[in-house]
Amino acid sequence: MIVFDRVSVTYADAAEPVLSGVDLKVPEGELCLVVGRTGSGKSTLLGCVNGLVPHFTGGRLSGRVLVDGRDTREHRPRDLADVVGVVGQNPASTFVADTVEDELAYTMESLGIAPDVMRRRVEDTLDLLGLAELRDRPVATLSGGQAQRVAIGAVLTAHPKVLVLDEPTSALDPGAAEDVLAAVQRLVHDLGLTVLMAEHRLERVVQYADSILWLPGGGAPVELGAPADVMGRCPIAPPVVELGRALHWSPLPLTVREARRPAVALRAELPAAPPYAARPVPGDVVGELSRASVRYGSVAALREVDLAVRAGETVALMGRNGAGKSSLLGALTGLVRPSDGRVRVADSDPRELRGRELIRRVGLVPQQPADLLYGETVRDECAAADRDADAPAGTASTLLARIAGEIDPQRHPRDLSEGQRLALALAIVLTSAPPLVLLDEPTRGLDYPAKARLVGALRELADAGHAIVLATHDVELAAEVSDRTVVLADGEVVADGPSREVVLQTPLFAPQVAKILAPLPYLTVADVVAARAEHRDAS
Amino acid sequence: MTVPGSGQLPRLVHPGAWWLWALCLAYAAMRTTNLLLLVEIAAAVAVVVSARRGQAPWANAYSLLLKLGLVTVAITTVLQLAIGVRAPGHVLVRLPSVPLPSWLDGLALGGPVTGEAVINAFGAGLRLAVLIACFGAANALAHPARLVRILPAALYEVGVAIVVAMTFVPQLAESLVRLRAAQRLRGRPITGIRGLRGIAVPVLEEALERAIGLAASMDSRGYGRRAEQSAAVRRASAAALLLGLGGALVGTYQVISGGDRHGLGIALLVAGPAVALVGGLAAGRRGRRTRYRPDRWRSAEWAVLACGAVVVLAYAFGAAGTPATGVPLAWPRLELVPFLATLVAALPALVTPPVPGAVAVRPQLAVAA
Repeated sequence: MIVFDRVSVTYADAAEPVLSGVDLKVPEGELCLVVGRTGSGKSTLLGCVNGLVPHFTGGRLSGRVLVDGRDTREHRPRDLADVVGVVGQNPASTFVADTVEDELAYTMESLGIAPDVMRRRVEDTLDLLGLAELRDRPVATLSGGQAQRVAIGAVLTAHPKVLVLDEPTSALDPGAAEDVLAAVQRLVHDLGLTVLMAEHRLERVVQYADSILWLPGGGAPVELGAPADVMGRCPIAPPVVELGRALHWSPLPLTVREARRPAVALRAELPAAPPYAARPVPGDVVGELSRASVRYGSVAALREVDLAVRAGETVALMGRNGAGKSSLLGALTGLVRPSDGRVRVADSDPRELRGRELIRRVGLVPQQPADLLYGETVRDECAAADRDADAPAGTASTLLARIAGEIDPQRHPRDLSEGQRLALALAIVLTSAPPLVLLDEPTRGLDYPAKARLVGALRELADAGHAIVLATHDVELAAEVSDRTVVLADGEVVADGPSREVVLQTPLFAPQVAKILAPLPYLTVADVVAARAEHRDAS
Repeated sequence: MTVPGSGQLPRLVHPGAWWLWALCLAYAAMRTTNLLLLVEIAAAVAVVVSARRGQAPWANAYSLLLKLGLVTVAITTVLQLAIGVRAPGHVLVRLPSVPLPSWLDGLALGGPVTGEAVINAFGAGLRLAVLIACFGAANALAHPARLVRILPAALYEVGVAIVVAMTFVPQLAESLVRLRAAQRLRGRPITGIRGLRGIAVPVLEEALERAIGLAASMDSRGYGRRAEQSAAVRRASAAALLLGLGGALVGTYQVISGGDRHGLGIALLVAGPAVALVGGLAAGRRGRRTRYRPDRWRSAEWAVLACGAVVVLAYAFGAAGTPATGVPLAWPRLELVPFLATLVAALPALVTPPVPGAVAVRPQLAVAA
C-alpha cells in the first residue's frame, strides 16, 4: 500500500539529509508503528506519505514514494486526500469548521462527494468513533481525546486507504488515550485500513502494532520488522520489553498479559517488597493550599483542596484532563486566583509576589516550555535568566550543562529538540534556586533517553532539598521519580499517599511493571533487577 | 387556536432569514427618534432571541453586545453633553465653559446643558445601542459561520478566510494569557512597554506557526482541489462582488444619514447585494464543491422575512420625525403604525420552529497556566 523506493529527503539550508536511502513496503491492512528518537526523521517520513514533504515543506526528495499506486511526485497533498488521511500532532489547531458535524464533512465537501453519501458517511463515522453525542458541539469546546477522535473522523469520512497519525496520544490522559487507540484498532480490523503511526509512548501502543519501523537516525538504514524482532534490538523500548530483556525472557513479551506468564516464576524469586532506597526525610512546608477553591465562571476547577508540599519531596499530581491539575499549579504560582481558601508559598501569598520575590520562592515549567523562552540564542536566554534572578553570571548555563549536557550556545531555542527545550526551561527556572519547583506535563514529546535524563535531573533536585510537584499523565515517569502521588478528580483530592501504595490501588495509573508483578509492590524495572540481584546474592 | 411554531419539527432557521430580519429592525431603529419605539424594538429583539437562540456558546454574543450597547448609551450621552452642539431650550445645569477657537463654530466645551440636549444625546446613544443589539441578536440566532456557509461557491475562499479569522481571535487571546503568565514566571514585568515587547513577538510567532499548520491540514484534506474556474470568470465575479458591496455601503450611508434620499438608499441596499449574489452565482456554477446538509429556506423563513418587511414599510412611510430633526423635550407620542409593526417584528418568536434539543455544552475553561 505504501512503498518507499530509495527515498532521501534534504531540507533547504540543511547540511545533511533527514532521511537517506529509505526502502520500505507497508502492506495493506497493517498497523505499522514508527519509532525513533526525536530528530530521527519520523515526522518527515510521515509527511512523505501524502506529499506534504516536499510539496508543502520544501526541500529535496529523491527516490519515489508510492501510495496505492500514486506517485507523490505527480500528486499534490490535495490530490491524495481521498487516499491518505493525515492527523497531525495538535489536531485542535487544525480544525477548519466550527462544529463537529461540519468538521467531519469538510474533506468530503472538498472532494465534491454527493450530499446523500456525505450524510450517510458522517453518521457512520459518528458511530464508528463514538462521537454521536458530540455532533453539534463546537470544536473549540472538545477535550483532548475528543478532539483527536474528531480529527481522525474528519479524515476518515473521505474513505482513505491509509491513515497517518503523528503522536496521537502524547497529550492525552491514559483513559482518553485508550479510547483513541481502541478506535484506531477498530478501523484496522473493520475497515482494513493501513495505519502508519508515530508515537513516543510505546507502552501504550506497542501491543496494537503489526509491524514496527525503526528509524535509528544519523544516516543508519531504517528497519521494518515484526514487533518482537525490532523490540529485541531497538534501544527505545517500553518498560515491559526492558524487563523482558533484562531477565532474558524468550519470547520477548510485548504486552502486560504476555509478561505475566513468565512473571509467575519471577514473583517467587522476589522478596515481598523491593529494597527501598533511602529518601531524604521531608523538611519544612514550602507550598501549601488550605481549603483552596478555584472557579472559572460556573465551573469549579478546584474544590476545597488541602495539600502541603515539603522540601525534598517529589509529588506526582495525576488525574484526567480537566481534573484541576493545571489550576492547582496555577494557584501555587499566583497565576490563578483562588475564589476561596488560602494558598501560601514559603509563607507568602503568591498572588502578591512580583518579579524576583516570586521566582525565588516558586518556579513553574509550563506545559509548553517554549512559552518561557524569548531569546534569540541559548546563550542570550541563559544570560537573561541570570539577570532576572540576580544570580552570578553563568549560573543558568552551568545548570543547563548539568541537566542536558552540552548544547551549542548559538542555537535558537526554537530549533532545539523537545527534550533540550525542556532542559533549558528547567535550567532557567532553577537559576533563582526556588525551593518549590513545579512541572506541568514535562514528558510530552520526550523520547525515552530524554526522559531518563529528566528523571536523573529531578532526582538530583530532590536530593538537594527542592520540593518538586509534577502534573503528569505519564505513569512510568511518576513511578520512577515520585515519593508521593496525589490523584485529583473533578477538582477534589481523591487519593494522597506514598506513590507505591496509590498507584497500585488505581489500575489506570499503575505502571507496566506494577501490573506485571501485582500483587507485589514493584514499580520499575530497576526495582526488580536490584531486588533480584540482592536475592541471588543472599541465597 | 394553536400557535403555528409549536407544531413544527425542531430545526435551525436559515441564517439568512435571521440576518435579514435583524437588518430590517436595525433599519427601523435608524429611522426613528421616538424613544418609546426604540425601546420597543429592543424588547422585540430580546423576545425573539430568548425564544430562538441556539445552545452553542456564541449564543451569549447577545448579552455581551447588549452590555456593550448600554455602555455606548452612557458614553455618547456624557460626551455629547461635555463636548457637543448646544441645543437651545430649557437649561438644566451650567457647566464651567471653556472657550474654543472660532473655526470650531457650533461646538462647545462645557457651558449650559439643556434638557433638549440631554434627550437628544440619550436618543442618539440609544439608537446606537439598539443597532448593536440587533447585530448581537443576529449573531446569537445564527452564528456568522453558518451565514458564511450559504455564500455562493465563488465566494467560498472569502468564507473560509472569515471562519479561520473567527477561530483565530480566541486562540490569540489564549496565547496572550499563556505568555503573560510565562512572563510573570520569569520574574519580568507584565505591563508597560517592556512587558508588551516580551509578549508580542512570541504571540506572533505562535500565530504564524498555527497558520502554517492549518494550511498543511487544509491542503491534505483536499482544499482547492476543485478550483476549475477560468481567470475571466473569476475576475468578473470579483468585480460584481465589489460593485455590489460598494452599492450596499452607499445605500447604508444614505439610510443612516436620514437625508431626503433614503428611498435611493434602500434601493441601493437591495440592489447591491443582489448584484454581488448574481455575480457569485454565475461564477459558482463551475465550482464542484458539494454542501453538507445545506440550510433550507421554507415557509418559516418567509414568515421571518415578512415580519422584517412589515417593519421596514411601517418605518419608511409611517414614522414621524427622522434623526436629522431634533427631539422636543416632551413625553414621546405613541405612533400607532410603527408601534403595531414592531409588535409584528416579535412574531418570529412564535412562528419559527423551536431550536433542536438542548445539548450539554462544556464551558471552555480559561486555564491560565
